[in-house]
Amino acid sequence: MKKLMLGNEAIARGLYEAGVSVVSSYPGTPSTEITEFSAKYDELRCEWAPNEKVATEVAFGASLAGHRAACAMKHVGLNVAADPLFTLSYTGVRGGLVIFVADDPAMHSSQNEQDSRNYAIASKVPMVEPSDSAEARDYVKIAFDLSEKYDTPVLYRICTRTAHSQSIVDTADRVEKAPVPYEKQPAKYIMMPGYAKLKHPVVEARTDALADYAETTPLNRVEGDSAELGIITSGICYQYVKEIFGEKDAKILKIGLHNPLPSKLILDFAASVKRLVVIEELDGIIERHCKTLGLKVEGHDLFPKVGEYSQQLIAQKMERPLPGYIAPSADLPARPPVMCSGCPHRGLFYTLAKNKVTVLGDIGCYTLGAQKPLNAIDSVLCMGASVSGLHGFNKADPSNASHTVAVIGDSTFMHSGMTGLCNIAYNGTNSTVIILDNSITGMTGHQQNPTTGYNIKGDPATKIDLEALCHALGIERVRVVDPYDLDACDKAIKEELAVDEPSVIISRRPCVLLKYVKTNPPLHVDADKCRACKRCMKLGCPSLSFRDGKAHVDSTLCTGCGVCAQLCAFDAICADK
Amino acid sequence: MKTTNIMIVGVGGQGTLLASKLLGHILVDMGYDVKVSELHGMSQRGGSVVTYVKFGDKVFSPVIEAGEADYIISFEKLEAARWAHCLAVGGKLITNTQQIDPMPVTSGAAEYPVNVLDELSSLGIDVDAFDALTPALEAGSSKAVNIVLMGRLARYLGISADKWYAAIEQTVAPRFVEMNRRAFALGYGD
Repeated sequence: MKKLMLGNEAIARGLYEAGVSVVSSYPGTPSTEITEFSAKYDELRCEWAPNEKVATEVAFGASLAGHRAACAMKHVGLNVAADPLFTLSYTGVRGGLVIFVADDPAMHSSQNEQDSRNYAIASKVPMVEPSDSAEARDYVKIAFDLSEKYDTPVLYRICTRTAHSQSIVDTADRVEKAPVPYEKQPAKYIMMPGYAKLKHPVVEARTDALADYAETTPLNRVEGDSAELGIITSGICYQYVKEIFGEKDAKILKIGLHNPLPSKLILDFAASVKRLVVIEELDGIIERHCKTLGLKVEGHDLFPKVGEYSQQLIAQKMERPLPGYIAPSADLPARPPVMCSGCPHRGLFYTLAKNKVTVLGDIGCYTLGAQKPLNAIDSVLCMGASVSGLHGFNKADPSNASHTVAVIGDSTFMHSGMTGLCNIAYNGTNSTVIILDNSITGMTGHQQNPTTGYNIKGDPATKIDLEALCHALGIERVRVVDPYDLDACDKAIKEELAVDEPSVIISRRPCVLLKYVKTNPPLHVDADKCRACKRCMKLGCPSLSFRDGKAHVDSTLCTGCGVCAQLCAFDAICADK
Repeated sequence: MKTTNIMIVGVGGQGTLLASKLLGHILVDMGYDVKVSELHGMSQRGGSVVTYVKFGDKVFSPVIEAGEADYIISFEKLEAARWAHCLAVGGKLITNTQQIDPMPVTSGAAEYPVNVLDELSSLGIDVDAFDALTPALEAGSSKAVNIVLMGRLARYLGISADKWYAAIEQTVAPRFVEMNRRAFALGYGD
């Protein structure tokens, strides 16, 4: 059946059709929908793991049990999962194992622009990459076959544009895969030095065998007919190249297997054209390979090493015609993403900003607290770094502890904040950690996590008690505040910064966008009472604006959270009568 | 046949994704090769959002750039101006006249441009501007703005209203079907 599918949905379809048993992932844009769509198939046992390392190790366990298994993550998630990846390369697999990793060139929703192909090279495992949804489905099956044939985990790379573009997929039925019976194989699965030393040469021999496969696999293919221009490209860039160059304009070598790269295929291709150009986003990996083969090649001398490519970028660099257009001249106000009306994080960030607290931030919706007018965050590095970083900040200068906090969401705390909190207790800094518990993984679009009480299917699950967990990690002072209550927030922050011991404040209120959350009727401004002091505007609430010299509440957006009303010294913001 | 390029632009939360889903569904049914490109994650939080729909015999790139869009459907007038440079020469810009202030405007750091649509017309851009919010409210909800605008687009694309009604029935939850049918009819006109 032909169906329009997101790249990520097509991957889920591929997992279903390939007879996969277990999918364990941590959400992260642009990879999240792989697992969300997988969870729609009852045959796939899917779960949200607390982090990518756990997800990858779950997939390892399922593979060890003889089943086909997968995990999915964004590019920075693979940093977290790198530890199991590198040694999985040595153990190999029993049931096929594929690790999906989604890169985000241009950083639409990410903190860096790393190129995951480097991980395939460093961990010595094969990596495939599709260029549209049809290939996304097909390559899943190829990746599992490769995994089992060559006894290796396989990395499967996508990027934002393939993950979040829909194109037509022809679906097929699921083919059940009988599990490989379990047997004890110490030399294969116990990676202590004696056995690992025996496995490393096996990995090197596997790479050699895969290099032979790379010469003939249909994953790498030549298209078009030109003796003048040869372009080597892959992934989404292939689509941009095809948009610009017709069959007779360029000969194209499309790389579907990134690691190992073919040598003879590239040498033959290069010999058949006068000019050789590599078009690849981010790092110059294919270009470097061509240069080690002694080829004269153009690549990053022509194309940027940063950001996304596009058909027009390629057309411009390759001196092809560009379409004309009319450009409106005016400087337009930007429309940056904002914290939603009624977001429970707002009251807490307002209180932190008001008290001039230094805030080590983390990854999630609450990163938006860094924006104007709140300007409430001082640093964002990676998942969990707020908590561990705060400890270092206070260790270096204990006087920092009186005016510095970490803020971290519930899901991010479970991901990698816990270990940092344990370190605060163990190594003893007087640190104050604020857990922003909105009862969901927000930014990636509402995924459940171990603190929400529900699993990926929405069925009830064991709910981790955050207070008890913080106590167990060695923190005695744990208190809960409602971030809609500004006085309570102010009191909690001042008191916990003042005490001479580590503490945790749990700022608890569910995300206002959750379906079960009942909002209040919108507030309105009594124009006679409003003195135009603009104090309410310090909240950065999208419902609040200034019209005709007075504050104004947009009744279509306002959720009646009441934070602005608490701030107004003249009682000008009130509930509708 | 040449690829037809359509951009759907607006503000996160306005329902641009449902509009593109509906359109994509119909075009696949009509036998075209289709690509729809969207972005998820951070931009959804009240930010500027853009979705690309491309169809023809064979579509390669999923994105649309400067001077490539045959149609731009904007859910908000500032967004119409923001993306107008993507319109092809001879293309058509269909826009809702609704104004949604972005944060720099609500906070007083910037001003919402006055007569922003008149300026586009004066540059020679073919603008079809109309109030899609009133018919949406008439149909039953401000959320139906997206379907009103799809109704307007359908007239230009020459796709029969029946195809759209069938697609609405297949993509929208049953209790919202009637409202969306009404919204579509109001956008489509006679």
